[in-house]
Amino acid sequence: MVFKRSDGRKLDEMRPITAKVGIIPNADGSAMFTFGKTIAIAAVYGPRLLHPQHMQNPQKAILRVNYDLLSFSVSERKKPGPSRRSQEISKVTEWSLSPALDLKEFPNTVVDVQVYILQADASTRVAGINAASMALAQAGIPMRNLVCAVSIGKMDKELVVDVDNGEEHFEDGEGATDFPIAKLANTDEYTLLQLDGKIQPALIPKALVLADKACAKIYEVQKKALKEVVSE
Amino acid sequence: MSAMDSSNLVRDMLSRMFAVGKRFDGRKLLEQRDFTVEYNVSNKAEGSARVRMGKTDVVVGVKLEIGEPYPDSLDKGNLMVSGDLLPMASPRFESGPPKFNAIELPRLIDRMVRESNVIDLKKLVVVDGEKVWIVIIDIYPLNDDGALIDAASIATIAALMQTHIPSLDENGRIDHEGKSTKKLPLAEGTIPLTFSFYKLGDSMIIDPTREEEEACDSKIIWGISNWKGKEHMIHSCQKGKETPLNREDIEFMMKELPKLYDDTLKKLKKFLK
Repeated sequence: MVFKRSDGRKLDEMRPITAKVGIIPNADGSAMFTFGKTIAIAAVYGPRLLHPQHMQNPQKAILRVNYDLLSFSVSERKKPGPSRRSQEISKVTEWSLSPALDLKEFPNTVVDVQVYILQADASTRVAGINAASMALAQAGIPMRNLVCAVSIGKMDKELVVDVDNGEEHFEDGEGATDFPIAKLANTDEYTLLQLDGKIQPALIPKALVLADKACAKIYEVQKKALKEVVSE
Repeated sequence: MSAMDSSNLVRDMLSRMFAVGKRFDGRKLLEQRDFTVEYNVSNKAEGSARVRMGKTDVVVGVKLEIGEPYPDSLDKGNLMVSGDLLPMASPRFESGPPKFNAIELPRLIDRMVRESNVIDLKKLVVVDGEKVWIVIIDIYPLNDDGALIDAASIATIAALMQTHIPSLDENGRIDHEGKSTKKLPLAEGTIPLTFSFYKLGDSMIIDPTREEEEACDSKIIWGISNWKGKEHMIHSCQKGKETPLNREDIEFMMKELPKLYDDTLKKLKKFLK
């Protein structure tokens, strides 16, 4: 049996992706990123002085990420406020972005990144990372690179790119695996690796190859969106 | 920065030692500390185990309760994994609302248990669509000397294998006094475990001590099983810390992980009853 995607996509095909930079005038940087029906927005404030003082790092700015689903972004209303899930995603998002940043110029300050999901159809954390990466660039934070992220799935025995909500709940055969991956663009440096499901060790390197190809496309879309906001 | 963070001196020293394949405690880079498993930590728990791995010491208890199924899984029992990093186990743990590490530990064990289907949740329905068993796994370190998650994964499996389903009285309430011999239904042949890999410079180690954990730049925790006794299967993974891992690191781990799993499983089987 070969797994067929419900929306007719090829196994290695992402949903339509869009990006827009500069969506929140108050923020130092902001962006939106979508994978099909999944919509993530991100805003950056800072570098600004960090309080309380004991949290300050005299050698560099600290990065502080907050990720959450808006209450109406999912079928069953999500209770507002942080959950264990959102706290975990906030932290892994922080880890996936910080290798791209050079924060040594801004001691004792904080760079706050706020990521919210307006509409969720799976792959929300990777959409959030793509949006946050562009927002940091627009805010003028010194960056070595952009961060690109995509989720690789495994449906029964087939690897697929950019998992949607229906696929996340696939139960036949070996079931569904969700493998969100982030990397520094055009490198083989991976900054986010999370996984849930059932996947043979030998398939992990193959999943990385699929992620690389998808991330190359995402990188182009991010660059284009950043150039558009500069020329406006 | 607190005075407890590992100093640059320790970091440099470890980095130089790892580069020539050595560690402070004499282990090889990919060598796990020996561990022991002890049962019956509490006779009030439906199953419990204590794992000592080097100086790391973790207790896990399993309690069963009757409750309602989740609306999206009416034909299954529920699984909950929780726990706390008790301040008694380390000067680094503080009381109060859970910090990230206290959130991550049970979540990673939850994903390993859930995704491997080691507990047959479909056999935990009491009244169809109305009443199911809730399996609650609680994890508490008693002493933290690194690789808490790996020790907790061993203790979790050991405890689950000991777990009994309590009997119910005529009103459908749990009879805490009665003895039950009914075992928790577990999947045939699937035993999931986690393995923590830490990286410092270009060197990769497993089963870090606390000192090594603090000195390292990057970490990743894998949950793996011998799925249905047939083949190695990865169920969970989470990369942590602020330094990326490259493709070579990941390919290296995918080669070593199944071997490490087989070795640990062999050691664990001596303790399983």
